[in-house]
Amino acid sequence: MAERKHLLDVDDLEREDVENVLETARSFSEVLRRPIKKVPSLRGKTVVNLFYEPSTRTRMSFEVAAKRLSADVMNFTTSTSSVEKGESLKDTALTLEAMGVDAVVVRHPVAGAPWLLRQWLQAAILNAGDGMHAHPTQALLDLFTLKDRLGELEGKTIAFVGDILHSRVARSGIKACRAMGMEVLAVAPPTLLPPVPLEGVETGYDFDAVMPRCDALYMLRIQKERQKEGRFPSLEEYTRLYQLDARRMGKARPNVVVMHPGPMNRGVEIAAEAADAPHAAITAQVAAGVAVRMAVLFMLLGGGEGGERIA
Amino acid sequence: MRGLPDLVVKGARVMDPFNRIDEPMDVLVSRGRVAALSADLEAEGREVIDAQGLVLAPGFFELHAHLREPGREDAETLRSGLEAALRGGYTAVCCMPNTMPPLDNATMVEGVAARAGELGLADLYPIGCISRGREGRELAEMALMHLSEARVRAFSDDGSGVADAALMRMALQYVSAFGGLIISHAEEPSLSRGGQVNEGAVSTAMGLRGIPALAEEVMLARDLLLAEETGSRLHLAHVSTARSVRMLREAKERGVPVTAEVTPHHLLLSENDIDGYDTVFKVNPPLRTSEDVQALREAAADGTIDAVASDHAPHTVEDKEKEFDFAPFGMVGMESTLPVLYTGMVEAGAIDLMRLLELLTSGPAGVMDLRPPDYGAGISEGARADLVLIDLQREWTLDAFAFASKGRNCPFHGLRVKGKVLCTLKNGKTAFRAANVGGG
Amino acid sequence: MAFRERVKVMEEPDIRRAIQRISHEIVERNKGAEDVVVVGIRTRGVPLSIRVAEAVSRIEGVEVPVGRLDITLYRDDLHTMSQPVVRETHLPGDIEGKNVVIVDDVLYTGRSVRAALDAIIDFGRPATIQLAVLVDRGHRELPIRADYVGKNVPTSSSEKVRVALREVDGEDGVFIGYDED
Repeated sequence: MAERKHLLDVDDLEREDVENVLETARSFSEVLRRPIKKVPSLRGKTVVNLFYEPSTRTRMSFEVAAKRLSADVMNFTTSTSSVEKGESLKDTALTLEAMGVDAVVVRHPVAGAPWLLRQWLQAAILNAGDGMHAHPTQALLDLFTLKDRLGELEGKTIAFVGDILHSRVARSGIKACRAMGMEVLAVAPPTLLPPVPLEGVETGYDFDAVMPRCDALYMLRIQKERQKEGRFPSLEEYTRLYQLDARRMGKARPNVVVMHPGPMNRGVEIAAEAADAPHAAITAQVAAGVAVRMAVLFMLLGGGEGGERIA
Repeated sequence: MRGLPDLVVKGARVMDPFNRIDEPMDVLVSRGRVAALSADLEAEGREVIDAQGLVLAPGFFELHAHLREPGREDAETLRSGLEAALRGGYTAVCCMPNTMPPLDNATMVEGVAARAGELGLADLYPIGCISRGREGRELAEMALMHLSEARVRAFSDDGSGVADAALMRMALQYVSAFGGLIISHAEEPSLSRGGQVNEGAVSTAMGLRGIPALAEEVMLARDLLLAEETGSRLHLAHVSTARSVRMLREAKERGVPVTAEVTPHHLLLSENDIDGYDTVFKVNPPLRTSEDVQALREAAADGTIDAVASDHAPHTVEDKEKEFDFAPFGMVGMESTLPVLYTGMVEAGAIDLMRLLELLTSGPAGVMDLRPPDYGAGISEGARADLVLIDLQREWTLDAFAFASKGRNCPFHGLRVKGKVLCTLKNGKTAFRAANVGGG
Repeated sequence: MAFRERVKVMEEPDIRRAIQRISHEIVERNKGAEDVVVVGIRTRGVPLSIRVAEAVSRIEGVEVPVGRLDITLYRDDLHTMSQPVVRETHLPGDIEGKNVVIVDDVLYTGRSVRAALDAIIDFGRPATIQLAVLVDRGHRELPIRADYVGKNVPTSSSEKVRVALREVDGEDGVFIGYDED
């Protein structure tokens, strides 16, 4: 039996695999433009969305993707507070195993939870975000969006701005952009940067200074509790230094791609003028999400074991 | 001890750090004591252990074990913990007071000591809490614990650091009245809060919150200053960073009355050994960088570090089989200490065998200021026959599922090791004997 | 696995004449080319469909729209493939009410055509769907037949049919042979 395929982090993918996912996603974005946006490829397969964090947008994106492929979808949403008291992750995994599901899409506040599930389940595991660790489908959809806007990515420059320390979006996104040969800048106050510099990433504290170099700006969500932890003195001060607003947009390259993983804190990390600017790619990211997740689901579940392509 | 048959251990290489002995000798054990040592003893019909090619050493002393009783008997009991000790070659064990409820008063420590006495396995030295309820707010009744039947001589809030500097200062001042020892679990909580692994490249790559080396170093620096100022004896539990070692070395040079221990896992494993998200590697202090490991190995060799302590911390499978953030910190150690350190330190050329035995016997005895007849007579005529017989040639695979401890959370499980405890004598009696030991 | 050819059953001129004949039949059957859309099944149906469309255009003097269809997502044998590759499908405009001619190189079990029918129908409701193939080798597993056939080639099921086209393979030809490991 062939080894079960998983998508746990972008490290699992070679550059060639990434290109394959993006190419397949492009075919699926064509499917999504058809009058009937549904294909029978995963008929009879069952996909479970196992969400230990409330994330309506990511769960819906995976749910739509699976349904467009004709898979059956079950949603299991719970909170970690009930997890600590209630059923263990292992027992939940064994329950899903007994039900015979084909894929588990897991979102969990603790880094590494998808790796635990892989030990206990035969099903394909898709990491939909674990703690501060990884979010590979977000990284892939970001690449899809970037490629759509910028064409060849090799040599292009992207800045990730904001709470890089706590961001799985940044961790996976930076790895993915590096793998495609992009120059990556990390811009944040020192207290929101990782304790050691990320490999191959140029760190800076001055957003205005790097602005003219960037082909793309990736604005990260600022969670209010970071201010309560004392990582910066006030939202006002943060906003002044790191918000993407009309003034800063004026210094950017004319066709700079503005990205955000959502949901946005308008008025904190991004101002309306930037979020709604014509070159903002934020809604394009959402659209890419469905196509990319279809591609990943299809690539993990579409094939069988071994076998040969027949004419 | 009347009624015990006499026993002759023949042909062993006797290694005794207390009396600086290292030579092949026969040892006669009679009435629970070492009755004679000489180059050639006649068996004269006594029971004989053929110990040709084996090492005979004083039983080891464990400075730092969590035996979980009372409160978490599902994870370990005094019985399973002390049996594990004997299997590991230990004949005496200090148990940490972070039980549920904690050992913070005379009644509690007496209860634990009495229970261990009834079991008649390894000797137990309970450590009392520094603060009432181990809450870090007010001093526990340390003098009453010292005066109790349990004769508590060391105190610690191990499991967490004493965050309040004034409380730590008073604890050090207070125990000087009766020569008590304060053991510091150095961890500044405001720096370590939420941390899971060492802060640095590995925590960043794994997306886990880090415990910075600073969390240990800031409090350790403070406690060294407090010990210097008060003149009270301070012991540093599980030192884990290169900078801690440097500060310790400087303090000792200045004459600060301080001792320190290191665990086998901090001597042998670094943060890079964390395998996937396997929670068996989740331990506090966390596994540090390879530079830290190197500094600790040097400090264990040159005497800056006085003792090895296993920080034996058993947990149930259910508790460890969890998401990384939700699993408890800790590794079991007593049944793997000798083989992993012989393999990873002595065979690796970091220290010689006598230094390893010092770290396991005279080193910890010095920390606890123990003297004969309690512990520390070594292998001399009249000494209590608490002895361990070791086969250094034996290669075997560590199997946590064969441990007497209830804990299976051993990071060395499955490791091929050299050196095995074959037999442990407690008061002259065979308290543990591995299968297929020759002789008799 | 390598294809070892045994017999060449169609030469380049045979293929040219077959396409010419099929194109005439398409015009005859549809009474012109007004509402005809030609759709090739990837991979070798695509260059064939372009040749057919060009021939029909020449005959009728009207531009015949061409599309290409990737049927991977509709296959019933996905589970036998280790890593199926999905390529883009492109249909030229609305197919509602049109006469869609599916073009493929070889008609064998009929399963690819079944998948293509399902795919086409997801794009709309054509007036008719017709099937043109260069080679019909028999051994149908589904009730499907071709409307236009270049050549009927009786085979045994252990044999393989390979169609070479200059757009893909650099030469034109149809071969019968077998796979050798």
